[in-house]
This record gives sequence, structure tokens and C-alpha cells, in this order.
Amino acid sequence: MAQPVKGLDFSAAGEAAGRVKKTLQQIGVQPSVVRRVAIVTYEVEMNIVIHARQGTLRTAIAPGRVEVVAEDEGPGIADIEQAMEEGFSTAPDQIREMGFGAGMGLPNIRRCSDELSIVSTIGRGVRMRSVISGW
Amino acid sequence: MRLEEIARRLGLEAAVAGKGMAAEVTGGYCSDLLSDVMANAKEGYVWVTIQTHQNVVAVAGLTSVAGVVIAGGHRPDEETIARAGHEGVTILLTPMSGFEVAGRVHALLSQTS
Repeated sequence: MAQPVKGLDFSAAGEAAGRVKKTLQQIGVQPSVVRRVAIVTYEVEMNIVIHARQGTLRTAIAPGRVEVVAEDEGPGIADIEQAMEEGFSTAPDQIREMGFGAGMGLPNIRRCSDELSIVSTIGRGVRMRSVISGW
Repeated sequence: MRLEEIARRLGLEAAVAGKGMAAEVTGGYCSDLLSDVMANAKEGYVWVTIQTHQNVVAVAGLTSVAGVVIAGGHRPDEETIARAGHEGVTILLTPMSGFEVAGRVHALLSQTS
């Protein structure tokens, strides 16, 4: 499943993650796994909405394994290690006031992923791959 | 205790009465940070917040909470109500502060457990 995600489009934000959740529920994936995938897909989708111009959320579902790949065109992440720290965020104030940009997104993704890789090119964008497996 | 009974006993106004009204409430979570809610709110919870924009509906749907309580007399945006109606997400309103409504929900749930 490949879904486009538009930067700064808060009206549609969360819809791509919602479609992934619905699909997993329809095929009978256990709720604890649905929950982890929902958190990962929501957070990567919101990262694109908040920080990038546009991007794509791809999910591949196989028995016992869901792979989530988010690619965006945007500023990239200058220091990935710092971005993984709980509470670190570069989101602007007006976005924080809406309850986004609390610096919890990447830690949430890491906590819910069995495998995680983040590749960033400054000025180009980010590619994030998460695998939720072992169920 | 079902969400509809909690709403009735606390006088919560149903801006959108979705399918969660009939759900058995299993707990609650209070936060205005959406990633915090994603990490900690669970299926069947009541989510207490003062956020009013439409991403509240997306987070409520993804976490499968029974319903959202918007506290402090804040009113949801029109787009929020429309999206909640479309997705069947329950949104309840109260002039009580988040602290007060959370305390009352907690007391009701403690009575029944």
C-alpha cells in the first residue's frame, strides 16, 4: 500500500495511518500489533506533515511482519541521534500549540519497532524504515 | 461502566455521539500532546484534552479510545465535528477543567470496579 502525504496538510493528517490500521484489522491482525503499527505509521506520517513538502507512506504486510517505509522531500534531519532524544524537536511554536512537535515521535517509533533505520540527506529529505515483526 | 452512562451522570454534552457511547470504559488518559496520547491512551479509554482541532479525531480513531472529552469549556472546530461524525468518533464537552472531569470519571470507574 503506497499513500502520498502532503506537507502542512493538517486536515488530512492521520488518514494514511488510519487506512493502514483498518486494513490490518480487516485481515485479523492481533490488536497489540495493530496498535504498534498505528503508532509508527501515525508518527512517520506526522513527521512528513510537520517537516516536509511531501512524501510517501508505504506499508507491506506479510505473515508475522509489517514493513513501514516513509520517504519525504524536505529539509532532512541534521543530527539523527539528537532527534531520537525524548523531548527534542525542531517544530515551530504554532505547531507545538496544536499538540504536535513534543519530541516524542521518533522515540515512539523506536519503542514500537523491531527494526528501524533512518537515512537523511540535508536539503533533500528522509527515508525511514520500520519493521514490526515476531507475531 | 459504559461511556453513555458516564456522560449522563457527569452532564457531558455530546457534540458527536459515535459508536464509543456504548463502549465499556476501561480507563482514561489526560494529555494535550498528541504523541503522548498515541503512546499511552488505550482501547476503551476516555481521553481528556483541551485540543479542539481535527487531528484529535485521527488520534482518537488510531488509539480506539471510547471517546474524547474536551474540557474547560473549549468547543471543537466545525471540521472536527464533521470528521468525528464521519468516522464515528465520540466527542463530549464539559465546562469542567480537565482535572475535575478526570477526577470524576476516575471516581465513577472506581465505584464499579
